[in-house]
Amino acid sequence: MTTRGFRRSFFNVLNKLSSKKAVKYTVYASAVVVFFVLILLPPIFGIVIKWGEIQQVFDQPQLMGRALTAIGNSFVIALAVSALDLVAGIPMAWLITRSKSRWMGVLDTLADIPFVVPTAALGYSLLLFWNSSEGISSLFGGSLISTGWLLIMLLHFAFSFPVVVRVMVGALLDYKMEYERASRTLGAVPFVAFRTVTSPILKPSFIAAFILAFARSLSETGATFIVAGAFENGPVFLQNVKNSFSAGLVSQATYEGATVFASVILIVVSCIMFGVIRFLGPRMKLPFKGIWPSTERKLSYAKAATSRNMMTLGVFVIIVLVPSLFVALPAFQAVFTSTIPDALSGSGIWGSYWQSLLLSYALGAIVTILGFITGLPMAISIARKKLGASKSALLDILVNIPLIVPSIALGVSLSFFWKQSFPFMPEMLLLIFAHLSITYPYFVKSMSAAFERISLDMEEAARTLGAKPFSVFSSIVLPLTKYSILSGAIMVFTRSVSETGATVAVVTSLRTAPVVIVEWVKGTVPANSLEIGLGAGILVLLSFLILFLLRLVTRGKGRY
Amino acid sequence: MPEVRLVNLTKKFGNITALENINLQIHDKEYFSLLGPSGCGKTTLLRLIAGLIEPTSGEIYIENRRVDKIPPEDREIGFVFQTFALFPHMTVWENVLYGPTVKNFNLRKAKTIGDEVLEMVKLHERLGAYPAELSGGMMQRTAVARALAAGAKTLLLDEPLGQLDAKVRNEIRYEIRKMAKDLGLTAIHVTHDQSEAMSISDRIAVIKKGKVVQVGTPQELYMNPQSLFVAHFIGESNFVEGFITSTEGEDLEIELRGGSKVHAICKGPSMGERIILAIRPEVFTIDRGFIQKDNSLSGKVEKVTFEGTFIRYVIRLKNQDFVVTIKPSLAEAWMDVGSEVTVSFAPEKTHIFPYPQAGLMEEISV
Repeated sequence: MTTRGFRRSFFNVLNKLSSKKAVKYTVYASAVVVFFVLILLPPIFGIVIKWGEIQQVFDQPQLMGRALTAIGNSFVIALAVSALDLVAGIPMAWLITRSKSRWMGVLDTLADIPFVVPTAALGYSLLLFWNSSEGISSLFGGSLISTGWLLIMLLHFAFSFPVVVRVMVGALLDYKMEYERASRTLGAVPFVAFRTVTSPILKPSFIAAFILAFARSLSETGATFIVAGAFENGPVFLQNVKNSFSAGLVSQATYEGATVFASVILIVVSCIMFGVIRFLGPRMKLPFKGIWPSTERKLSYAKAATSRNMMTLGVFVIIVLVPSLFVALPAFQAVFTSTIPDALSGSGIWGSYWQSLLLSYALGAIVTILGFITGLPMAISIARKKLGASKSALLDILVNIPLIVPSIALGVSLSFFWKQSFPFMPEMLLLIFAHLSITYPYFVKSMSAAFERISLDMEEAARTLGAKPFSVFSSIVLPLTKYSILSGAIMVFTRSVSETGATVAVVTSLRTAPVVIVEWVKGTVPANSLEIGLGAGILVLLSFLILFLLRLVTRGKGRY
Repeated sequence: MPEVRLVNLTKKFGNITALENINLQIHDKEYFSLLGPSGCGKTTLLRLIAGLIEPTSGEIYIENRRVDKIPPEDREIGFVFQTFALFPHMTVWENVLYGPTVKNFNLRKAKTIGDEVLEMVKLHERLGAYPAELSGGMMQRTAVARALAAGAKTLLLDEPLGQLDAKVRNEIRYEIRKMAKDLGLTAIHVTHDQSEAMSISDRIAVIKKGKVVQVGTPQELYMNPQSLFVAHFIGESNFVEGFITSTEGEDLEIELRGGSKVHAICKGPSMGERIILAIRPEVFTIDRGFIQKDNSLSGKVEKVTFEGTFIRYVIRLKNQDFVVTIKPSLAEAWMDVGSEVTVSFAPEKTHIFPYPQAGLMEEISV
């Protein structure tokens, strides 16, 4: 048989199978089963297994107090940062979508940078910029911002900024200008039109952006650990406890108890906040009652707009862009010293660096492929309600859970479960499961949104023309959603490469690239600033390459 | 031998009954329309025949084969969607060849078929264009060509002309019928536009709120409406209330509001029964002034509207009822608003219906 003939009969088999109701149901049902068995239930069971150890925390009031303070800090910071991100990100998105300048495409790409750079490198970069003598502090003699909550806020603001901008740009591009034009013809000046017409219509996107920024801030571990100093938020507390346990300063029972305690509270309060924001948010009315004609008129036109744009760009450049890229300075400096040849030869600490890089990218690739295979049928079931409308809505909500659970809590509970049930499980497999859990929602959400955008008419037309379900998928749905699938894959890949907290929680011997950077910065592994700079710089450079690859491939299409 | 047969077909969506006990037989090579107002269930019925939705109960037969459990891709039907549903990532040519490609037809045969149908719809020069580059009319013709090229014997069309402008609509509808007849297809055409259905159908089923109200040729429906709804929905009717005061076989005397008496010819109604008289506008003759004539009513012209071919007169009768009549605008001298006139009609050119329990408005409403 020729290859063509072989491919054709392979397709025929797939087609025949896809027509059978039983096969279709099995595929979708198994995707759901995989989701529950591999992703949703293990963390829950992990916590249940170690529940008894919580008593340890109640027995140590000082520890409990410390845990509660840390958790409280997490939520306060997350709320504040998310609100600030909205305030700064919306004008930025407005500028990108409404401005006629050619530079806006460039601005759009630049705004993505903190998202693509692995957070550990980002954390180090910010540390250098704000805190060390080589950064902005040199202008003030002595470090400008010391490690602690302010630095954490600056960090979280920076890495959530692109998320908010991306969501808002997508929403503004979809928004029908007709509404605003109508309000203008009725006499509303632009600022009033925005406040009373555009904002309420875009409110769901505001909420979605807020939730994403909030979840990210609660969850991030590696970079936060770098800039936290003595301050503790939830993830930092968990990290500190783990380190204390590794150093033999606390018992295993205390470690497990504290971890379960903090994780459970973090998870439960996150879920509650998430629910509250999701359900109360749409009911919240933005202030409309008053109209202040002269003030709002002034705010609408040329001078106000220009100064608003200047401020937006200023904030972006000074607080987000430059600090994120600052690590390029020592990296650049390293080029002129012996650091480069050492790095390239793999001597000293560089040996494990390259290994970790390899591990990170291999892991990213594996997780992306697995995520695609397990997530695709799930996305279809949700988008096309294959398992019934109410079940699909429930799945849609459940899929969000790994997103809002802090990654270190997720990692810890996962390791409790798997190590208890399968003590001989290889660490690599554990790592894959952890990363799969964390990245799964990204894939499923972006793919299901893309599938929903394909009009059902199109699939029905194909079926009336004689195409079996598998053909419909491969010849109609897939070509029309390939950009979203690709950008979803790249998002998953970069997220996996960046992930620190869960990695640290789950494995002891394997080190991914961000873990190595954190070790170097914290001094667990001695490295001088040039080496750290170069190490972080290489990571950043590779991320840029991926970003440009993404831009090249999607070329503005598939902004999902 | 019927090509498509529906037996006791019912479709419910939760608590809502969209279609109830539909029984229809559509003949081989017939051009059949499903006509009704928006929301009556005609599109649901078409989609049931296509297999895009499953019935709650009942049977569907295509060419004597029971198909209600068979998925759409195996029913060998062609479907033209209201939104055209052309695949945006394929050219006209690729769209048209999709059916043959996906059913593994011989490549050369498929190309010949594609050429033929594109010739038929006159789109041969736009082979390489993408749907985004085409006008509404071209997209519609591509959609039809695509359904035809798949080789089905039954063509289902869901409001195919809905998206086109009026002039284009009037031309294309005849082309579609001609194509179906030339190819010997059975066509089922869904529309809410009664003049469209009347001009191209062999037979029409009028559907109201999920039930078939009447089936017949366009002439039958127009000349012999079996219900107030059909009398109102197809063409135009004047409705006048009255009750039967005497019967002589089929010759009935009817007393209208205000006491005037008229005659009509109809089998069925009994003495004293409250009825509605349905008279089409073109049936009335209109004379100036008050003159004595059989079966006449006097009144005053209230409104005159020029409609091109016709003049439309709204006349307020002595008993305050309104009737509408139309006259060719170029044939006679026009009446003015306020003129006193006498309208009369032939007793055999009317229809009589029992007065509906729910009231007239409710009965004819959509």
